[in-house]
Amino acid sequence: MAKKLTVSASPHVRSNETTTGIMLDVIIALMPALVMSVVYFGLRALTLTVVCVCSSVIFEALSRKIMKRPNTVGDLSAVVTGIILAFNLPASMPLWMAAIGSLVAIVVVKQMFGGIGQNFVNPAMTARIILMTSFPTAMAKWIVPFQSAWHPDAVTAATPMAVLSSVQGGDVAAVGDALPSLTQMLLGAHGGSMGEVCSLALICGGLYLMLRKVISPVIPFTFIGTVAVIMLFAGSFNLEFVAYQLLGGGLMLGAFFMATDYSTSPINKKGKIIFGIGCGLITSVIRLFGSLPEGVSFSIILMNILVPHIENMTTPRPFGEVKEKKAKKEVSKA
Amino acid sequence: MSKRVGDVLTAVRRGRGGVSVSHNKNTAEMPVERMPVPEKVVLSMQQHIGVPCTPLVKVGDTVAVGQKIGDSDKYVSAPIHATISGKVTAVGDIKLANGIITKGVTIESDGEMREYEGIKPPVITNKQELCAAVRESGLVGLGGAGFPSHVKLNIPEDKEIDTLIVNAAECEPYITVDYRECIENAENVLKGVELLRDILGFKQVIIAIEDNKPKVFEIMKEIADRDNEAGDTIKLMTLRSRYPQGAEKMMVLSATGRKVPPGKLPADVGCVVINVASVAFIARYAETGKPLVSRSITVDGSAIREPKNLRVPIGTNIGDIIDYCGGFKSEPRKIISGGPMMGIAICDTDAPICKQNNALLAFEDKKDLVKKERDCIRCGRCVDVCPMSLMPTLIERFARVKDADRLKSIGVNVCMECGSCSYACPSGRPLVQYMRLAKQVLREESAK
Repeated sequence: MAKKLTVSASPHVRSNETTTGIMLDVIIALMPALVMSVVYFGLRALTLTVVCVCSSVIFEALSRKIMKRPNTVGDLSAVVTGIILAFNLPASMPLWMAAIGSLVAIVVVKQMFGGIGQNFVNPAMTARIILMTSFPTAMAKWIVPFQSAWHPDAVTAATPMAVLSSVQGGDVAAVGDALPSLTQMLLGAHGGSMGEVCSLALICGGLYLMLRKVISPVIPFTFIGTVAVIMLFAGSFNLEFVAYQLLGGGLMLGAFFMATDYSTSPINKKGKIIFGIGCGLITSVIRLFGSLPEGVSFSIILMNILVPHIENMTTPRPFGEVKEKKAKKEVSKA
Repeated sequence: MSKRVGDVLTAVRRGRGGVSVSHNKNTAEMPVERMPVPEKVVLSMQQHIGVPCTPLVKVGDTVAVGQKIGDSDKYVSAPIHATISGKVTAVGDIKLANGIITKGVTIESDGEMREYEGIKPPVITNKQELCAAVRESGLVGLGGAGFPSHVKLNIPEDKEIDTLIVNAAECEPYITVDYRECIENAENVLKGVELLRDILGFKQVIIAIEDNKPKVFEIMKEIADRDNEAGDTIKLMTLRSRYPQGAEKMMVLSATGRKVPPGKLPADVGCVVINVASVAFIARYAETGKPLVSRSITVDGSAIREPKNLRVPIGTNIGDIIDYCGGFKSEPRKIISGGPMMGIAICDTDAPICKQNNALLAFEDKKDLVKKERDCIRCGRCVDVCPMSLMPTLIERFARVKDADRLKSIGVNVCMECGSCSYACPSGRPLVQYMRLAKQVLREESAK
């Protein structure tokens, strides 16, 4: 035999799934929302996305090179981070600020902690928060859809979330025209971060990811479900109020694309349930009682930090092992 | 003709995890062909889990088929028999396919396949006689593990056993020898089942078949119906075809809903699981007294010219078997002894096959063989697919830093190395290898 035989540990067949394939699926799932934001905010939205993606990829390649580690640009995770970061910014965001966001997300949050799978908080989410505190004016310039976001004097308006936080006892009718209609909320024709406005597109993307088994439905459902239940009570059972709460702000983007981030969410099902409920709880508390109108980013970051503890608490028992308490009970019975 | 159809059961409980691997049962419709007698055989003295045998013959001895040539006085062991007639030409160190050097006996054939005169059917009337006979037959689990069957059947008196599970799942891809056994030797399967049931007193026998083998199911149903007078004790069960359905603990869970605790055997929850080919062999042995001298194997894979199911004398050279199947049609890059999920990649074809080998697979250099290894992305697929509810990704991490305490608390020892985690990993991480490393870390820790 000319060539030597390969000897390796079993199994000798592997599934077709690859990291790159998974990331490609996430990119596909993000496309409807990207198209919708271009519809609402024009080519400025696309430019912002391209800048975020390119700077993320460049920072990833550079930091890996400086740290003398193999180049991981091929796994496409930097592309995903770039798109999600852009989605979290207002369409009018100055491009250099967006690039700083990429620097924070890729270099500080991801690569300095060891690269993919090792970061303990969501990179794009952390970048958003850093940008929010560093450039509060630029990060709160919510321009009204269907006008050129390039224009420095573009008309801006409060986001539905800001209006909602002034609503008392779920009485959405009281604020009148200050809120867009629910159809507008679903389709995204209102002010907000460029990628979070169109809930319908995000839901479609989320369903695609579930269908492809890239994400498990547990986190999105428990997250959104918890917000829905709390808002139901907070809004004195006004269903319209609940609908505004679910469709407004970054809930859909956060629940489907950011809370489900593999690196920063629990691995097992029980942990995922706790994580989702926690996210929903903190989001609702901030929205209802905080001085900020929106709480999705902070809730996810806070729960990210708790993940190691949640995982320790929810480690599944190996097959056939009996609970200690149960075993003791049985012994005492006998 | 209106005999009552035996009970057909569906799985009591679905096991968690597992993966759907493409079946690739290409050889399913190929009858088992008898391979011509090889010029020589090399018989390892260790073809089972347990104590190796000591050779009973010396160079120059003439041996006949079925003559015992190796045995041990230890309980967990199984004797080795000559598989062809001829002259012993060497007794000493041999190299097995997996690279391990062990003691072995080489026999050169005289081409006559003369049978040993001492062969006579055993008398089996009770459990002791059955276990003694099974030990004498040299039978080990033919499904691949190679655990001596008499140990399995010799159930301690203090354990209450009610169920015999005949494992016909054959969940590994490519392998079809159990499938062929069910089709070609259905009579023997039934006889074996009846023998074990009557001697060991099982209340019920469940023949478990994966739902991708409807033909086997039909044949088994017809056979089981014939035994109806005996009180309807033989039942058939269809199982979801999902790897690793055929693993013993999974089998017990699916068939009875019972969970075998860590470190325990199926007997601890009242079950005995036995491979279908082993059952058929016991029946043949009870009738003829001919010990285990040959076995069926599947020869397949993208590099094999003519895939076949073959019956070969144990100890036949792997290279000879591949040559008989037309040799390689393209250069093989990986040859596997056993199935693709749990089999061993071998480094040399100049080695003998053993009792527990159920397949020889040879593959060309294709995507199947190596997946690029990347960093773990914590996607959790390994956790989802683990049938034993373990967290392979964490075990990998602890194994790499040799953290014995945390490994112990996370329970790595229940891992059966089924390979589901490595299969599912999108980052191509060799998780099974880390599982073995983790067990090694624990062994070293307990040796301290």
